[in-house]
Amino acid sequence: MTNLIEARGLGVEQGSRLVLRDVDFAIRAGEIVTVVGPNGSGKSTLLKALIGALPPSAGRVRRKPGLRLGYVPQGLRLDASMPMSVGRFLDLPRRVPGEARRAALEEAGAGGLDDRPLTGLSGGQFQRVLLARALLDRPELLILDEPTTGLDQPGQAAFYQRLEEVRNAMGCAVLMVSHELHVVMSASDRVICVNGHICCEGHPEVVAQAEEYRALFGTGTGGALALYRHEHSHRHDAGCDHDHDHAHHDEGQA
Amino acid sequence: MLDDFLLRAVLAAVGAALAAAPLGVFVVWRRMAYFGDATAHAAVLGVALALASSLPIFAGTLAVALVMALTVAWLAGRGHGADMVLGVAAHGALAFGLLAVSLVEGPRLDLESYLFGDILAVTKADLAVIWGGGALVAALILTRWGRLVTATVSEDLAWAAGIDPRRERLVLMLALALVVAVALKVVGALLIGALLIIPAAAARPWSRTPEGMLAGAATLGVASALGGLWAAWVLDTPAGPSVVCAAVVLFALSVVTGRR
Repeated sequence: MTNLIEARGLGVEQGSRLVLRDVDFAIRAGEIVTVVGPNGSGKSTLLKALIGALPPSAGRVRRKPGLRLGYVPQGLRLDASMPMSVGRFLDLPRRVPGEARRAALEEAGAGGLDDRPLTGLSGGQFQRVLLARALLDRPELLILDEPTTGLDQPGQAAFYQRLEEVRNAMGCAVLMVSHELHVVMSASDRVICVNGHICCEGHPEVVAQAEEYRALFGTGTGGALALYRHEHSHRHDAGCDHDHDHAHHDEGQA
Repeated sequence: MLDDFLLRAVLAAVGAALAAAPLGVFVVWRRMAYFGDATAHAAVLGVALALASSLPIFAGTLAVALVMALTVAWLAGRGHGADMVLGVAAHGALAFGLLAVSLVEGPRLDLESYLFGDILAVTKADLAVIWGGGALVAALILTRWGRLVTATVSEDLAWAAGIDPRRERLVLMLALALVVAVALKVVGALLIGALLIIPAAAARPWSRTPEGMLAGAATLGVASALGGLWAAWVLDTPAGPSVVCAAVVLFALSVVTGRR
């Protein structure tokens, strides 16, 4: 059993605020792990700490040496002053053969977009191009940060279907943050509930039965919207000093 | 043949334009226009320092521009409003620089040559500095081109690809300080920013890739240098501003005829 990436006792500060604390996390080859949690709970922060974009304030992150990592960010704002074709974007930071480029675009469902300017794409096309770029290196681990933000329902469904096909074909591990719980839960090997720390984790079915999970997401209808009242009654109780009423979290922050 | 002052002027202007192009595109993409101005204005302070300590002007401007760039970046990174910090830095550097130069040189100083350049007085030594510095800037940026562009597109994508975007930012600052020191004699502290931004901006409407825009910026920069010098010769106008005017005309033409 090899961990592709692992974090031990990870804490991350932004400004002077502790956004994440005491996170122990590891992902194995081929595993599909979904991170869920309310807005502002530190989901994106966790991913950024894992790719090295945010320095840990406590604990550490270790990658398997030579790990091939594909990262799909939560959207991308390209300055209008920068001309960038899809093909050139896939060539960053290193040039790749045109064949590999076209194959990756095809795989991600963005075939034929090679020559188009990046700024002229629709939201769905853009996300698929980001996915294509992440696939270029034949990643062992694919990390996606809310990859369907801004897509409509059919667009989201199409993206996840495509993702599943890609992952079945390549066998890479997938770590993703998502709001589309009903979609991603079923395909995950493991679900991690984050709310400043890891609240609970496990196989989706086990997690779905867990008290913490039910408190977070509700027991039946409207689960996805019921995630703001989260009562703590589990192992993190000791030393727990933060407020668990998340009803007033800033909706604009991911 | 370098004894002809006009030929030296042409070579100086072309060299400065070529040095400015690879950095200019990043200044535009990263919205560092004001940042470039602040650093360029600090060059005047560098001149004063060099005069006071009898260092070469190039060394003084390079050192002060580098310190300025790092200080401003550090302040902005600590959460001070970037625009505010730059406003204070750009004008502060210019005012203190002018004050310092006048204190060092006395009342008979020739401020204009530092503010707007003095290209017709370029010496062979200046030419060596301009082309040497320019080659350094080009080497610095072109060898790291893929990494710099990636870090500019998205810092997160850079991290994921094993690139430290903070290091790339430092590289750009070093290049900026070099360009400022190189271009001071050609267009002066006030117009270095223009030399960086305008050719790159003029190349934008006709470019489909970052490399295309770089080539366009270099071409249009050289064209501006030659056209501006020619205009200065014919119309008997100051050379630095004439070069910048030529660049603005090219920019206007490009925007009007461009695809976007």
